Amino acid sequence: MPLACIAHSVTFALLLAPPWSLPANASAHGPALDHHLLLNLWIALALLALAHIIILVGLFLRRRTEATNLTRVEYIPLAALAILFATLTIKAERLWAATRYTGASLTALQVEATGVQFAWYFRYPGTDETFGITRPQLIAPGEGNPLGIDPSDPHSADDEVTSELVLPTNREVDLTIRAQDVIHGFSAPELRLKQNAVPGQPIHIHFTPTTPGTYAILCTQLCGLGHYRMNATLRIVTSEEFKGWLARHQKESTP
Amino acid sequence: MTPPNLPHLKPLSETYALNPGSSRLTDHRVIGLQYLTLALIAVVIGTLLSLLMRIHIVWPAWPLWLHGSILPEDYLALVTIHGTIMLFFVLTTAPQAGFSNLILPAQIGARSMAFPTLNAASFWLTALALITLLSSTFVPGGSAISGWTAYPPLSAIPNSGPGQGVGMDLWLTSIALFAIASTASSINTVTTIIRNRCEGMTWERLPLTVWGWFTAALLSIIAFSVLLAAILLLLCDRHTGTSFFLPTGDAVSGVVHHGGNGSPLLWLHLFWFFGHPEVYIAILPGLGLTSMLLANFSHRRVFAYRTMITTTLLIGFLGILLWGHHMFVAGLNPFASTAFSISTIAIALPASAKVLSWLATIWRSKPQYTTAMLFSLGFVSLFIAGGLTGPILAQPILDEYLHNTTFVVAHFHLIMAMAGIFGLYAATYYWFPLLTSTPNHPGRLMSETLGRWHFWLTFIGAYAVFLPMHLTGLAGEPRHYSQLTGIPGTNGALSPTGVLLAQTIPPNRFITYAAIFLASAQFIFLLNLFRSLRRGPVAASNPWQATTLEWHPAMNPFTPLPASDTPAIQIHRPPCHYQTTESGGSFLPQWVSDPTQEATAENASDSKPE
Repeated sequence: MPLACIAHSVTFALLLAPPWSLPANASAHGPALDHHLLLNLWIALALLALAHIIILVGLFLRRRTEATNLTRVEYIPLAALAILFATLTIKAERLWAATRYTGASLTALQVEATGVQFAWYFRYPGTDETFGITRPQLIAPGEGNPLGIDPSDPHSADDEVTSELVLPTNREVDLTIRAQDVIHGFSAPELRLKQNAVPGQPIHIHFTPTTPGTYAILCTQLCGLGHYRMNATLRIVTSEEFKGWLARHQKESTP
Repeated sequence: MTPPNLPHLKPLSETYALNPGSSRLTDHRVIGLQYLTLALIAVVIGTLLSLLMRIHIVWPAWPLWLHGSILPEDYLALVTIHGTIMLFFVLTTAPQAGFSNLILPAQIGARSMAFPTLNAASFWLTALALITLLSSTFVPGGSAISGWTAYPPLSAIPNSGPGQGVGMDLWLTSIALFAIASTASSINTVTTIIRNRCEGMTWERLPLTVWGWFTAALLSIIAFSVLLAAILLLLCDRHTGTSFFLPTGDAVSGVVHHGGNGSPLLWLHLFWFFGHPEVYIAILPGLGLTSMLLANFSHRRVFAYRTMITTTLLIGFLGILLWGHHMFVAGLNPFASTAFSISTIAIALPASAKVLSWLATIWRSKPQYTTAMLFSLGFVSLFIAGGLTGPILAQPILDEYLHNTTFVVAHFHLIMAMAGIFGLYAATYYWFPLLTSTPNHPGRLMSETLGRWHFWLTFIGAYAVFLPMHLTGLAGEPRHYSQLTGIPGTNGALSPTGVLLAQTIPPNRFITYAAIFLASAQFIFLLNLFRSLRRGPVAASNPWQATTLEWHPAMNPFTPLPASDTPAIQIHRPPCHYQTTESGGSFLPQWVSDPTQEATAENASDSKPE
């Protein structure tokens, strides 16, 4: 434990003047990810400096007979690097497993994000907590049905489609990511989330927003000429505000 | 050796004569020079396209002469053609086809490549592929806009964007032609190395450059044949109504796809099964050359030669097992991501072993700082700088944040593009006497003064462009964005995305200035190249005191003996036999049979100096 404390304070001291900066962090898994990322960056920077110091010192010193000790020069440093990389990998896989190996809990908030050239649409399932069926033949953005929701499906009646993603704090979200036309990349930098949206293959990710605020959602997979402007707004609000927003939205859309 | 003074100089093209028994069209040296010329044209075009991209990112309103302002689709066409041209027609063509044709046969003591006609056919097919690619800019809709990875459905459905119609067909045709040419050329390389080695050239005595070409050629055969298959499937999806990569119900621009239920992920698997080995194909010859040049100019053996051979083969082998690290967030099973992550981290070890061996080779060697040596040292530096971010990106949880940001762009440009180009520059400065040698005229050297200027400016420029890209990537800037300013939100105000991107504009402006600086520095190289072709100082037959066979006088096209009179070439030892003695250094080329015959050899002993 004291070791971890020392490691943390050293990391913190180094963080006072880092050459890089990350966007604000607004998700539960984010701090651990950031910590691991910064640890990796510092290690890479240290190894970069070390290698260059060895090169420069080696070039400056006067000539001597060449090294011949394979174990000392090659195998021991290689073993040290292997242990270092293995440690980083194990830590990274544990973080990855924690966010990706299992699905969302059954009580998670169901939301769907759909990528279309060049916009994101979000859908909330309503009180029945079930998304209505969509049919590509019914897609009609001009008539207010950009996702092609089938009105004959009883589950579709209370589905809410929005152009901004509003989520409550501290509740797990089960986000279904879909694409209508080409591959898109759902990316929320402040939530430390990225997942491609693949046509014909709904993909689930789950996460828990923590910090209220207004954040960016981008497309990070080249999807056509409007790729650069395919973005949306993510608003993280308290659960009371979220309930109010959803109720207001439903009232507006059901005249 | 005093270089002979010859006043009757003629340009290279006029004086170039043929190797005995081969026609000009199928002579491997001619083909090598043709490949290098093609790569030089390609790299000039590719660099200009990258400058247009850099300028557009920070000054979006800047109008291009004869074209007008650059539209988003123009920007994506620039991205696509820049990537395609640089990866295929420069980084694959120049080291693997250009320099291998010029140098490989001589390095293994062969008179020619194994299949001269196939060799010529490969070159002309490559040239046709480049013309096809460039012609796509003149068709309706312009060039393809889906990047060099061409993910479907964007690449499968013509109405998914401008350039995805005829432009995309031409792109696919071009890459298919290139894949055929590369496969054929690689079969030629592999066969030549297996069959045409001279007496005494055992596998362990092969120079590491040959090991690089050999491993890269094996990878090419595997990778490019898979790419060719993938392209044929994609062309079928586009034109014959199949659905390998298209899911049922895919709706692009209001048109719904009916038919079979395919998967876009299949393309990603096939493409990256090619695409990842491809980056090793681009860098393996450079790894081999760097090892040899560091040893040559340090007057040392390559530290741990056998380990170097092993790591070259390991990099090749692991290189085909880790394509999935491009797909961590693409919809891959998360368990598969873990597996690919581990195989990717594993390749860091043979790569690190190479770096350790380089450091040991040059450690306290007081090397000779020729331009070729400087570029080799630069290669080591860039390979380390670009390589260290590899294990970071290989961790899926970190890739979840970094994927498709400019952090990735910085990573692969440093390790593949910059290190690759430094390898090519080292090769050019080092082998220039062999490139320019003709039966009527001995080879020439490039200017070392200009070379040094070229190196330092390029080295500084390379870091100035690509180090800050790590920072913009960490700040969240995605790749392939044609615009960073004024991304509108819902109410006309700047969206949160717009705010995020606007923060990266100041470093981006710096990167653009640095890119212009880096590109301008290459004029020194072009000046040096064209001046030295005609007026460079005449080179001695072995100007660098090299030990490898391409510097054997009989391998030099200048005043070669007729084939019948050539003494049988035989190899007696591994390369890089350098010794330090009281009175200085001595070296023994691979071909010298008796050490006492060599005038510079002070110490007749064949044992390691201690």
